[in-house]
Amino acid sequence: MAITYTSGEQVEVYRFSIPATILIPLAAVFLQAWLPLRFPFFTIFDLPLLVTIGFATARRSPLAGLLTGSLIGILQDALTHQLIGLYGIAKTIVGFGASSLGIKLDVENAGARFLLTIFFYVVHKVVYFMIARGLAGLRMAWSWPHEFLSCGANALLGVLVFMLLDRVKQRT
Amino acid sequence: MDVLGRYRNLIVLVGVLFAQVLGLAVQVKRTTDSEPTRLIRIWAVGTVTPLEKALVWAQTSTGNIWHNYFYLRGVRAENRSLKAQIERMSLEQVRMSQDADQARRLQALLAFKEQFISQTMAAQVIGSSGSELSRSVYIDKGVSDGIKPDMAVITADGIVGKILRVYGSTSLVLLINDQTSGVGALLDKTRLQGILRGTPAGEVVIEKVMSDEAVLAGELVLTSGGDGIFPKGLLVGKVTKVSAGSELFLNIRVRPAADLSKLEEVLVVTKIDERQAQPDQTGAARAVDILAERLPTVPAKPENAEKGAVAGTTAPAPVAPTTAAPMTVAPTTTGSGAKPKAAPPEASAGRGGPAARKTATPLSSNGTSSATKATAIDAPKVFPKPVKSAVQPKAQPAVQDSPH
Repeated sequence: MAITYTSGEQVEVYRFSIPATILIPLAAVFLQAWLPLRFPFFTIFDLPLLVTIGFATARRSPLAGLLTGSLIGILQDALTHQLIGLYGIAKTIVGFGASSLGIKLDVENAGARFLLTIFFYVVHKVVYFMIARGLAGLRMAWSWPHEFLSCGANALLGVLVFMLLDRVKQRT
Repeated sequence: MDVLGRYRNLIVLVGVLFAQVLGLAVQVKRTTDSEPTRLIRIWAVGTVTPLEKALVWAQTSTGNIWHNYFYLRGVRAENRSLKAQIERMSLEQVRMSQDADQARRLQALLAFKEQFISQTMAAQVIGSSGSELSRSVYIDKGVSDGIKPDMAVITADGIVGKILRVYGSTSLVLLINDQTSGVGALLDKTRLQGILRGTPAGEVVIEKVMSDEAVLAGELVLTSGGDGIFPKGLLVGKVTKVSAGSELFLNIRVRPAADLSKLEEVLVVTKIDERQAQPDQTGAARAVDILAERLPTVPAKPENAEKGAVAGTTAPAPVAPTTAAPMTVAPTTTGSGAKPKAAPPEASAGRGGPAARKTATPLSSNGTSSATKATAIDAPKVFPKPVKSAVQPKAQPAVQDSPH
């Protein structure tokens, strides 16, 4: 069993099978595009973001985290009519950050996962906002109540997504 | 080498971010004509939309079984109610057709050219963009079905958006509440024109209406036809709030008539025709004639029958007078299993908008209305126009239809 040693702590590193690596992000992007048609409130969630954080914290490899985040983000961008790279850049940073933080912190319990999701949701939102406004010149709406609600809802859903990912991850 | 190995992750991160920022810059710089990301979009859409199509197909099939075989309660009552509604509308149309005739005469005097929707295609909404910043949906029709960019997309309730990108068997529809969308709008009562835009929050507002104009909540908003995409007179929505905006303009909020968050089936306007308005030649219908047609005890006028015989026409008995109807269309819905709920809106009802009327032909619509009418038709069939027995049949105008 491969173990990484960071700051004297032993942290377990997991991996995902190839089908899970491909199908879970695809399913997340698909559900993100399909569910809002049936349940309009679902637009407050960002399933691909949760999957990015989940994969990154489990693998604990910054390289894998940023590449996974980048690919998921670009796939998500390609389904919109906006420029490709907005979600790509934001999720690249989140993937890198989550995996780097995953090395240093224990993210196996639900409370830590809840807080981690809140933190990276905010990071993702801020990075996306800055790029969309600064680079793409898009008008952005910022509503604090909406953001708080969205942040909390994503954190709750994130705990569930992490639990599902726990079932498919394998120890290295 | 040690430094490279130590900072490998950081170097890769910077490289990936730099590549994406560079890609963004290229996309911003490029015009809309050339799309450097086309291939990525085709792959992404080709990966996701087949799943969406399959799921929508399964959902529709299950729903159809339920609705067609099990859920038939209340159909008879609904049928009776609809028949009564048709009766009322037939009488109502007599009054409206007179207004339409007057409008046509005026338009002819002014050499007006009018647009009307001559062909539509039903499509099913299969997915969305999944982003709050991109208010757009995917439909199950694409290049192979003759869909092209900038075609208007409507529903029975009102306009929805326009085709933005077209792929093999799917298309991306930009909704009117997206912040990059723009539609020429016209306020129904005040006749003020403005630009209908979406906001980042997904609301719809009308811009460029001066603050000294009197606009009230509740006023209907129609398309002005100025954008070159939507024909004039289609229903957009209703004004919900009017407040002072910036730079001497009003901030007019509009609630779209079509529910943009729950779209299932839409109609893509695949063909819009334009022609010169022509005044009515045959005279207006009378309410009494409509009643005479429906009540068998009321005899037809004997003089009309005699004149009809002299003129050598086959006079229908009892006489079913008509308004001017250069073409009579039997609508046939097409598409791929998608069934629009109803014909699109009588966008300009009361201002000459065409409506189905009960005449000697089974189904007819007045094609020369000043406003346009969206009909769920693909291949309109032309029937000979029913004529009054006293009037010689006149030549029918050519109907430009190209069925798929």
